[in-house]
This record gives sequence, structure tokens and C-alpha cells, in this order.
Amino acid sequence: MVHIANDHIKKSPRIQRLIDHLYAKLPVVEADRAVLLTESYRSSEGDPIIIRRAKAFDHICRHIPIIIRPEELIVGSASQAPRGCQVFPEYSFEWLESEFDTMETREADPFHIEEDTKRTLHEVYKYWKGRTTSELATSYMAPEALLAIEHNMFTPGNYFYNGIGHVTVCYGRIITEGLESIKRQAAEALLECHFGDGDYARRSHFLQAVIAATEAACVYAERYSELARQEASRETDPVRRAELEVIASNCARVPRYGARNFYEACQSFWFIQMLLQMESSGHSISPGRFDQYMYPFYKKDLDAGKITPESAQELMDCIWIKLNDLNKIRDAASAKGFAGYSLFQNLIAGGQTPDGRDATNDLSYMCIEASMHVLLPQPSFSVRVWNGSPQEFLMRAAELTRTGIGLPAYYNDEVIIPALLSRGLTMEDARDYNIIGCVEPQKAGKTDGWHDAAFYNMCRPLELVFSNGVDKGVQVGLQTGDVTAFRTFDEFYDAYKKQQNYMLSLLVNADNAIDVAHAERCPLPFLSGMIEDCIGRGKSVQEGGAVYNFTGPQGFGIANMADSLYAIKTLVYEQHKLSMADLRDALAANYGKERTPEEAQEVAVEVARALAADGVTLTEAQVRKLYETARTGGLSEEQRAKYQAIHGMLEEVPKFGNDIAEVDAFARDVAYTYTRPLQNFMNPRGGHYQAGLYPVSANVPLGAQTGATPDGRYAGTPVADGVSPSAGRDTHGPTASANSVSRLDHYIASNGTLFNMKFHPSALAGREGLANFVALIRSYFDQKGSHMQFNVVSRETLIDAQKHPENYRSLVVRVAGYSALFTTLSRSLQDDIINRTEQTSM
Amino acid sequence: MTKEYNQVPGRIFDIQRYSIHDGPGIRTIVFIKGCFLRCRWCCNPESQRYDIEELTMNGKTRVVGEDTTVGAVMTEVLKDMPYYRRSGGGLTLSGGECLFQADFSAALLLAAHENQLNTAIESTAFSKFERIEKLLPELDYFLMDIKHTNSAKHKAFTGVPNELILENARKVAEDGRAQLIIRVPTIPGFNDTPAEIRDIARFAATLPGVKKLHLLPYHRLGQDKYSGLGRDYTLTEILPPSKEHMQELLDVAVRASGLDCQIGG
Repeated sequence: MVHIANDHIKKSPRIQRLIDHLYAKLPVVEADRAVLLTESYRSSEGDPIIIRRAKAFDHICRHIPIIIRPEELIVGSASQAPRGCQVFPEYSFEWLESEFDTMETREADPFHIEEDTKRTLHEVYKYWKGRTTSELATSYMAPEALLAIEHNMFTPGNYFYNGIGHVTVCYGRIITEGLESIKRQAAEALLECHFGDGDYARRSHFLQAVIAATEAACVYAERYSELARQEASRETDPVRRAELEVIASNCARVPRYGARNFYEACQSFWFIQMLLQMESSGHSISPGRFDQYMYPFYKKDLDAGKITPESAQELMDCIWIKLNDLNKIRDAASAKGFAGYSLFQNLIAGGQTPDGRDATNDLSYMCIEASMHVLLPQPSFSVRVWNGSPQEFLMRAAELTRTGIGLPAYYNDEVIIPALLSRGLTMEDARDYNIIGCVEPQKAGKTDGWHDAAFYNMCRPLELVFSNGVDKGVQVGLQTGDVTAFRTFDEFYDAYKKQQNYMLSLLVNADNAIDVAHAERCPLPFLSGMIEDCIGRGKSVQEGGAVYNFTGPQGFGIANMADSLYAIKTLVYEQHKLSMADLRDALAANYGKERTPEEAQEVAVEVARALAADGVTLTEAQVRKLYETARTGGLSEEQRAKYQAIHGMLEEVPKFGNDIAEVDAFARDVAYTYTRPLQNFMNPRGGHYQAGLYPVSANVPLGAQTGATPDGRYAGTPVADGVSPSAGRDTHGPTASANSVSRLDHYIASNGTLFNMKFHPSALAGREGLANFVALIRSYFDQKGSHMQFNVVSRETLIDAQKHPENYRSLVVRVAGYSALFTTLSRSLQDDIINRTEQTSM
Repeated sequence: MTKEYNQVPGRIFDIQRYSIHDGPGIRTIVFIKGCFLRCRWCCNPESQRYDIEELTMNGKTRVVGEDTTVGAVMTEVLKDMPYYRRSGGGLTLSGGECLFQADFSAALLLAAHENQLNTAIESTAFSKFERIEKLLPELDYFLMDIKHTNSAKHKAFTGVPNELILENARKVAEDGRAQLIIRVPTIPGFNDTPAEIRDIARFAATLPGVKKLHLLPYHRLGQDKYSGLGRDYTLTEILPPSKEHMQELLDVAVRASGLDCQIGG
């Protein structure tokens, strides 16, 4: 008998074979869902939208091709091809159609698509022109908001083009009571509807839609039961035949009825998880507290001797693999921002029970074990930490960190619970939180959090202060006055806040337009049955049926803004070492940095092309002059030297991330300029806005659209990631960096904060290394940081650090006797360490 | 804080936070300027002279050495209080040689204890025992280098004979207040034969109370600093020992001493 906290459970040989099968080929785009959806829509014209959605879901569930993959124990695949994806034309489709011929060869997340599929989808798409959520959202937006989006002030792309997702349903209830209980509840509510009620029309149709969609899900599972039975009858291997017979029996039972054992519970979970992503294309549909709602089934079977930890582990590993079978195609630009085919299905272990006791159980450990066994990106695995978390549990989590797959992320109950209380959750609900997607906390089964509502770049309003609201010749922001006319820092800072508040109001305008478009065109009856209190309120999640409603845009660039404003405050207004006019000119000239020949060529070609379009042709000499000007920015050597000197001056100003109390306090205040005004806005579902401070990986592409900033950052380079200090600006090691970050107010950023750290695997070597690592997490959390994730560096990272030391100035590696900052080491020693990393990497 | 010890002056050349290999837990290392030895492999050659000097690396020149006080150093050290508390870490004095500035070092250790931090020193133990005695009342872990049992060879590579060191090791062990840990920088061509390691391990085993022995493989961290100081690095020909060789020496050390031995600190 294994003792879960002390021993590892062996990986069953089946698991690696399932993984190999899943990753054998490029994923494929399939048309079946889109075809069925469109068939249904064509036949339901004129019905209420919620009924049309239920009918379409029903049609899909009854007719979409189903498949059981070799050796699977948990069945249910959204696509015929492993890791294939269906498409969702009701949200948007133009981008997909225009990328048919490039999706296989693109760098980020390529997909295969058959010629036949292209033709089929092309036909389907004819129906959808003018009927999508994105088209309706656009028509609802204020012109000013559309202009701001066009100028990259913020990006509401996620829900503009896709479903919402970002939700956790009441898995525990469905696994225990079955979908029949949802249908029953809706049917009872329907009986309570009186013909004379003011909301009878909407309410009664909504409830009918819930019943129909929920039944459709049951039918889908029963099709699998039949398929398994057929396959069993043909199967010659008696072992596999027996497995298929059990699968047939499981699928006949769940999710319609409550699970009777752990295996049925696993299968029931999977059908729900998968079908939610068949109904809508939203990502970040998060399993949440799997270790909590599955534990009663595990315990009962274990006590009865019906399962062993090993057999239960194999089933969990199978679920972990299935979470990677689901896939989603994004447009080429978004794929770069979300690279890695990620669906952000966040699954969390540990933490507290609703009544405030430690919740860690055997399954919490087995969740870690499953991630170690599969070493795949899904689920996005998270761990809750509080003062009562068992040390052994965190040590085991740290072992997973040491593998270098970037999991788990660690979350601090001591910050998140009070943060959620401040947003109106009850104590029981707050203690029962889980994480959605990247870092966003919420209460499962009760919340429509609209997390990830938009990327908001805090650097852009500062650019507008310098340009009096003009971007590329267009008045996008407010006219806050000539930047050189501000007499005090407070006047300057006020101008920044004005530009910021204006942009936030436009962001809210855009998000709310999208929100309304989803309610009108894509309400989701299957999902809504599993979110409290949709049935009680008689409306879908998209119309405000959930108990808790939020909208959470994510801001980033905090560190850049803190450093920039601090530099302006000290150099311009306190020490008078730098004039505002000179700073403005230096920023416009990108600190006199020359363009590379490639960049200059690109600019010259673009200008020449624009002139040609206007009928102006250039001589070769003129083109050469144009290129030369593009390369040097048309600066004289004297100007260049001056701007470079200004850059040098800015570099010397103390930066956020070095444990300097004054700078860190200033950064806290700068973050408030975004987090505080935002919480006063309301969404159409009756909920508040709440700020997040995390970037997914958008800090790179959105940084490319941002000019030079007064912290010394060059134009087009990445902006700071989450709440982390700007790359390479924190030079005093991990504790100093963590101390600085902890001085931001993490409570108010209740849509989540993200703090990324890099370590060399040797920092986690041995039990002592793990213990020190856990101590580091606990110490950051003692100081009220909210989240931490770790990148245990690979050989490739170290080689990149040699090439681009400026991005890695805080990277700690262990050098023989002690740890040191990698970029401060000599080349030969760096090489030694790189070679050593190769030896010790897994 | 008007405690008297806070006023004690001293000269340091660096403070390194988040050190996890020099004593228990997460620690801060204060590097004391000045050393009695001139080990040819020394990775911190800028630590050896007491004088404040200039070091040029990667085209940048910086001043090495800063006159400070116990109070100023402790302000920096205490910034990581949450980490010491959670990890059982604290303050480590390294160098240079902390015995070179024994009064300053003793005051630092006292200040650490007054703030509930545990204390460690990394030391050559080459000094009059009276200096060591100043530190012992406030010292928890003594990480002592034993580099060679042959005094002549010791002198050839470090500039000093080893008798005083071996004698002090025994005195510290017998005193018993600080937990003594023996460290052996393992340098190819100096002490990396099985016989040499065996002799050191045997000696360590005779010291009462000693439980741990660390073999620290040679590395080239300091190589570039020598030219930056205008000095010659005389070990240019040697490479860090291989993993296999270190493992062999570890086996030798375990067999000869019966102690808890490990590679690295």
C-alpha cells in the first residue's frame, strides 16, 4: 500500500501510449460542428434565440461523429483526429477563411485542413455573414472606442472573435446527482411560471432550452455507450473487450444519472468538460477543485477495496491526457499571443474547505502525480497555499516545478479570499475559490467572471500625454495640453490619469458592447443550467443569470509606468536635470537608437509604396536617401549623442524590483491609477469591473506597438510581464524582487496578478533545495503577494541569456558552491553552466 | 536602534542575498574584505587585499571595497527577514576572511543573534585562536576549509602552512559551541587524488562533533577577475573535475570518514 504523501505512484504503460497516439500527427480542423450548427440554424429561423441555441446543440450532440481512441479508458472526443478542433462560425469566421492556406505552415500552432473541409466551410460561412457576435458587437461600440482599438490602446480581441468560456460549472453536483437533476430543477421552475408573469416569455423559453440542451448532452453520452458496446462485440482481445464493456456501462449511466463509483465520476466529469467546449468556443473552461469534488468517490471505492491508488491514478492520468485532446484554432496573430495550443483549463488542488479547514487530501497529491506522469501543458495546474498547507504537499508541488514544465502556479489564499470578500462573495464561497484560465479567482458554479476581458496597455496613455492625445496624426485621446507646460509633477500625473480614465471608459464601452452581443446572439443554455442562479432567475449566464457577475480586463506594463513616472518625477521635476522638451524629443527619436538594416529597409519600402500609391515614383538615389534616413532616424550625430545621454541618465534612476521602499511605494500608487477607477464601472449583467494585472504572453506583441517609454525602454520591445519588474531591471536577486512586487496592492487586483520568476534547476536540488524553494513562496505570500509561477530554465534559455543579457539580468543560477546572477558570469563559466544544465535536465 | 555594536566599523566588498548553499535555509552573505591566504584558485581575488581597489570587467571599472558599519550592513540583511523566518536561514560571513576583521565580524554575529537570525561563517581558520574565540559565543555554524593535510603543499598553493588551521579545527570542535562543518575545495593538481581526499576525510573524522563534510568542486568563476585586477591567474591549464571523478572522491571520503558527505555546499 502506498502512502500518498511519501511515495510516488508508478505511471501505467498505457499512459505513454495514449500520449504518443495523441501527438503523432499535426492537429486537424474539422467542419462537422459548423455544418450541423448551420443546418439547425437554417431550420429554426424565427424561433427565440435561446431555443435556436438549444436546438443547434441538440442537433450537434445527436449527429456529430464520435470516436473511441485506442486503449482509452475515458472516452469522448470533440474531433475525429487527435487534438483536432471544431470551428464556431456564430462568433466570427472571416479570419479563418482568409487563413485556410497558411494555417499549416504558420510558426505558432499550425493546423492541417483538408481541401474538402475548406470547401464545406466556405459554403457554411455564406450563411453567417452579418449574423455573428463580432459583427453585432462592432455595431454596438462607440466610434471613439473603435478608433482606440484601431490604434492599439487596448485589445478586446478574445471575446470579440470567440465565445467567452472562463467559467467553472458545478461539476460536483452533476457528478453526484446527474444532469437529470438539472432537468428536474428546470422543469419544476417551468411549472412555477405563470402565464401572467411579466417575464413569462423569456423565462419559460429559457427553461425549455435548458431542458433540451441538458437532454442533448445525455444523448451524446449514450451514443458512446452504444459505440463501446459495438466495439466490444468486435474486439478479439478479451482484456480490451472487458474494458469496452465497462465503458459502455459507464456511458449508459453518466452524466444523466449520479456516478456510483470513481470511474463513473471520472467519465461524467469528462463529458461535461468536453461538451461545454462543444457548445461554445470559449477557452479557460476550468475544472477547478477536482481534488475536492472527486474525493468522496475515491474514498468510498478505496475503503470498499474496489480501487487501488494505482488504478485511480491511471484514470486521472487518462483525464489529464484528454484535456490535451481538446483544441482550438486561433487567428495567426492571437496564436502568437497564446502560443502552445493552450486552452487554459485550470485545475487546482489544495487550499481550504468552505468552513476554513485545510482541504488537502490524497487526490491533491495524485493531481500533482498526474501532471508529472503526463508532462503536458493541460491542465493548467495550480496549487492553493495557505498558512495551514501541509509542508509535504508543497514539497511535492515543488518537485513538479523542478521538472521545468512551468507547473504548477501557486496561489495565496491569504490574499485571494479577502480580495473576493471585498467583491461581495460570502465567506464560504470565497474560501471555496478556484482559478480560471491564467490567474483569475472565482467561485465555481456561481460566477460569470468575464475574466480576460481585454488587454490594457498602461504605457499607451503616457504616450498620449506627450502627444496631447494624438496618435499617428489622429486625435485618439483627450487634449490634456502641451506636455512642456506642466509646472509640477502632480499636473503631469493628473494628465496621465485623465488619459487613462478616458481610455478605460472606452475599454468598458467596447467590452459592454461585446457582452450585449453575446447575450443577444449566443446565450448558452447547456452552460446556464450548471451555473447558479440561472434557473432561478430564468435567464442565461450571458444575460446576467449568475449569482456573481464581473468583467475583468488585464492591465500590464505596471513596472514600465512606475519606472517612467518615477524618472519624470525625479529627473524633470525634482532635480531639474532633464527638460520635458528634451525628454519628449528623445522618446520620439527612440533615444537615438539606429534601426537595423532590415528594419530600415522595411520602413523605406513602406514609405516608397505609400508614395507610389499617391502617384509619386522615386529615383534610385531618392530611395537610397530614404533608407539612410530610416536607418539613422534623420538625426545628426550631435542629436544622437544627446538622446543617448538622456537614455543613460534614465538608466541610472532607481527601478522597481530592487527592494527600494520609496520606488516600490510609488509603483503601488501608479497601479492604483488603473485598478481604482476601473472598479467603478458596471457591465450589462449588473456586475462590477475588477482589475487584473497579468499579460498572458501579450506583453511581447503589444510591446511591439508601443513607442519608447521614459524608463529607458526602447520602442517596440516587450513591456513588463504582469506585476513582475521590467525584464532585467531587478538586479538584487529573487528576494529583493519579490519584496518589491509584494508592495503592490494585490487585494484590489482581484481578477488576479501574475508574478513570474526564473530559476536554474540546481536551486531546487535535493530535499533542502525544495524546502528553500517552498520557503521562498511562503515568504512572498507572507508579504501578501497573490500568485507566483516559475520558469525553471532550460539550456535554450541560458543560450538566449548569453545572446540577450539585457533580458536576463535577474536570472539566478547555481555556480558550484553558490548561486549567482547568470549574466554577471564570464563567458567560459556560462558555458560550463550550460553544459551542466544539459546533463541534469530531464 | 542605538545598540553599541551597530557603530562598529568594517570593510566589506559585497552583500549577496538569496544564498542557499552556505548554511541552512535562505541566507544573506556578507563578504568581508581582506584575507591571510593567497589560494591560487581563489574565485574572489578582489577579496584578498584589505585595500580598496579597482576591478575592471567587461569594460567597466568598479571600486571594490566599502567602509561601512554593522548597523548599515544589518539594515540590508534584515530586508530578507521573512525568508529567514520561513526557511530557518540567516546571516553568513564570507570573504576574504571574516577573521581578518574579527571585531567587526563578532559584532555582526551578535547583531544577527539579537535579531533572531542564525549565524554562519565560511573561514580558512588561519589566525590566532583569540580571534576565533571572539566569534564563537554568537556563532552557530562554522564552515571551515581543510584544504590539505600536507603542510608544504598547502603552503605552495595557499601561501601559508596548515598546522595552525588543523590545530584551530580541533579547538573549535572541542569547544563545541559552533557546529563545525568541514569543506574541501577540490582542486585538480592540488588535492584531487583519492589519497589526498582520504587523508583530509580521516582527519575530519577525528574531530569531535563533526558530522558533515562537503567537497566543493573547483570552478572558474574568478578567472576573469584576475586580469581585471592586473594580476595573473596561475591555474589556466586546469578544468573543473568531472562528475564521475567527484563521485569517486565522494565515495573515498565516505569510506574514510563515515561522515555525512556531499558534493557542493
